[in-house]
Amino acid sequence: MEAESPSGVAGKAAPGFEPKIVAFCCNWCSYAGADLTGVSRMQYSPNIRIIRVMCSGRIEPNFVLRALELGADGVLVAGCHIGDCHYISGNKEAEKQIARTARLLEILGVDKRRLRLEWISASEGQKFANTVNAFTKEVRELGPAGYGRK
Amino acid sequence: MPEEKAQGAGREAQGKEEGARDKGVGKDGGENPVPLSASPLEPSSLAPCALRPAPCRIGVFICHCGSNIGGIVDVPAVVEYASRLKDVVHAERNLYTCADDGLTAIKTAISKHGLNRVLVASCTPRTHAPLFRRTCEAAGLNQYLFEFVNLREHCSWVHMREPARATEKAKALVKMGVARARLLERQEEPVLDIEPAAMVLGGGVAGLSAALSIANQGFPVHLVEREPELGGMAARLHRISPTYRNAREVVGPVAEAVSAHPDIRLHMPATMTDLSGYIGNFEVTLSTGEKFRVGSIVVATGADELRPDGLYGWGQLKNVVTQMELERLMAAGPFTRPKSVVMIQCAGSRGQKVSYCSKRCCFTAIKNAILLKEESPDTEVHILHNEIHVYGVAFEKEYRRAQELGVRFSRYSPEKPSVSEQNGRLNVNFYDEGLRRERDLPADLVVLSTPLVARPEAEELSKMLKVPLGQDRFFFEAHVKLRPVDFATDGIFICGTAKGPTNIGECVEQALGAASRAAIPLAKGRVRVEAITSRVNTDTCRGCGRCESECDYHAISLVPVNDAFGNRLVARVNEGLCKGCGKCSSICCNRSISLRHFTTPQIMAMVEAALEEG
Ligand SMILES: Cc1cc2nc3c(=O)[nH]c(=O)nc-3n(C[C@H](O)[C@H](O)[C@H](O)COP(=O)(O)OP(=O)(O)OC[C@H]3O[C@@H](n4cnc5c(N)ncnc54)[C@H](O)[C@@H]3O)c2cc1C
Ligand code: SF4
Ligand code: SF4
Repeated sequence: MEAESPSGVAGKAAPGFEPKIVAFCCNWCSYAGADLTGVSRMQYSPNIRIIRVMCSGRIEPNFVLRALELGADGVLVAGCHIGDCHYISGNKEAEKQIARTARLLEILGVDKRRLRLEWISASEGQKFANTVNAFTKEVRELGPAGYGRK
Repeated sequence: MPEEKAQGAGREAQGKEEGARDKGVGKDGGENPVPLSASPLEPSSLAPCALRPAPCRIGVFICHCGSNIGGIVDVPAVVEYASRLKDVVHAERNLYTCADDGLTAIKTAISKHGLNRVLVASCTPRTHAPLFRRTCEAAGLNQYLFEFVNLREHCSWVHMREPARATEKAKALVKMGVARARLLERQEEPVLDIEPAAMVLGGGVAGLSAALSIANQGFPVHLVEREPELGGMAARLHRISPTYRNAREVVGPVAEAVSAHPDIRLHMPATMTDLSGYIGNFEVTLSTGEKFRVGSIVVATGADELRPDGLYGWGQLKNVVTQMELERLMAAGPFTRPKSVVMIQCAGSRGQKVSYCSKRCCFTAIKNAILLKEESPDTEVHILHNEIHVYGVAFEKEYRRAQELGVRFSRYSPEKPSVSEQNGRLNVNFYDEGLRRERDLPADLVVLSTPLVARPEAEELSKMLKVPLGQDRFFFEAHVKLRPVDFATDGIFICGTAKGPTNIGECVEQALGAASRAAIPLAKGRVRVEAITSRVNTDTCRGCGRCESECDYHAISLVPVNDAFGNRLVARVNEGLCKGCGKCSSICCNRSISLRHFTTPQIMAMVEAALEEG
């Protein structure tokens, strides 16, 4: 494993460790933002697997818990900026659900930094790339989550 | 509704628990995921007599997209991988899956291999899903049994320097797609009537042209203009390049045609204060209190000229004006011709107050320089620029004509020029790139070529319309090349400088484009809307009303039922009102309400596939 991947994200804590990251993106803003990242050929770490939902408000704590349980090292939830939700207030619901999930993680002894919520608009291709790179780096430094049943 | 009935029949056959799962609800959440082997087929997707779901037969089509995907991702390896996934009975690759032969390949495979699920791994669903969904329908496969995997925007284009890992990711994405495809259910899209009228917001050249075009196609138009006058920015100009016709002569007749048109209702001055509904049935409320319904909307609210506060002494020094102020001066009639005029390009743009090029300031400066020179050849006109951006046949010609008339062009850089007052006269200091030295130009008039900027009110409007603004706060189209005048939201279109700086000709082109797009649903009279709505499992719903109070669209109500479980209240979804966000699905503690096409088992299956080794 190379020390520095070409996406410019270096691993520090565990050399050779490539984290698994699951992302939930809303259709209208963050998924579209990720499309723009591609159209603009901005590069990011390939560790991420994006799951599209119509609205960030669709994301249940269970999705996050299940991902961690199955061996994800990090979960990214991305939606429209507050006030820009395609469905009025779905992202406010997401904010609540993710806060609730973070509290659950705390109780379960999971590092809260493994769950990240970001607002990324359809025009923020750069922000999407930066977010993924920064999150991958952080999770890589945290090391394997190790909750996976394996 | 027949589907519910079919589900009911299936439920009896399969037992309650399984029936609930088929509806995408029930005890099949995180702790107890649906076994992937379980067939997701809804009874309603089968022949009426079939009690046991047919096995899944998935066809996978992986697109090279020329070299866009194929140049990075090892497509044959992904096809080989896909063909080994459970329930995949056919996998192939296409140079362009969206081209005619690719679409034919999908249709052929559906009948040849008896596919009941189709997965295309190519570009983004946001632009191409409709095409593939239509193709499936044409081959007799319900479009909701189609799954899309994004290998271009989300893989090959963003991992261009890591082909091996891009291929590994592509395999994982396809596996996730296959996992979801297994659980897809057929859906019937509700067909809604369209209100055969349109609304145009903004009465500048773009809005006027759009309104006329829609009205001439035979549909009533509500034109909403905030100011008491039509014409917008163009009406305030002096002459319009490249024809040099008087602005009033150009805009006036269009405004008159609009005012006189029997099918155009002018609301002026007025703004929109509230909007609800969706394509075909938007409900509009205006500041005047008026309410009406329209089927589609065109946004043509224009842009502002930047106020160069604090730049080049504007507002402090006398005789420092913007191009618009110069146009007003010239339009007002003969004014004392200054001996020396200096125009500063990119005043406030390209790195100063905004980062972009405003596209029309170079030809505006050239136009006004020519007008000054023609009317008073002795006036010295000097244009300071940092690259002249004029493009196309007409404007380049004007650039040459200006040079022939003696307009001088000097390139400044790297710093923008500065303006000061010395002995009662203006002085412009800049570094001349051509002469490679600093220069001072005395001037009687300094004209700033300031950019067009997004209107601050666009923010509020974007929220009302639920359409996005881009980084520079102009309205953001669905796709810069493929859907340049559409918003991602169905039934709303965009044209003119509200979308970004441009000239009048291009505003009109866009307006005519937006008008013909906006007229399509009106002409059809009916529209099929997404079947992505929520449904309630009335067996398990305990009528707590949480979903009812949380739904932003008031799509849920509690209704009394009297069934085997007694006399009780359960939630009911009004499909016409449900927008399909899925918020209710994620808040129901009972898992009794579920969003079609984005059910918990479908999402969980993707999570599992994403994390499964191999
Ligand atoms: C100094 C200058 C010189 C130019 N010279 C030329 C030239 O020579 N040739 C050329 O081709 N182009 C020129 N242009 C560009 C040209 O003016 C614009 O491209 C064009 O006028 C834009 O038209 P529009 O309809 O998109 O927007 P606008 O003209 O800005 O019209 C938008 C309209 O919408 C209204 N509105 C705004 N918000 C709302 C709301 N919320 N509800 C209802 N109504 C609303 C506004 O009042 C306005 O009437 C020049 C521009 C400038 C600044
Ligand atoms: S939240 Fe769930 S249980 Fe409560 S009324 Fe809605 S569907 Fe029924
Ligand atoms: S999906 Fe959204 S709009 Fe539809 S009923 Fe549920 S909360 Fe309301």
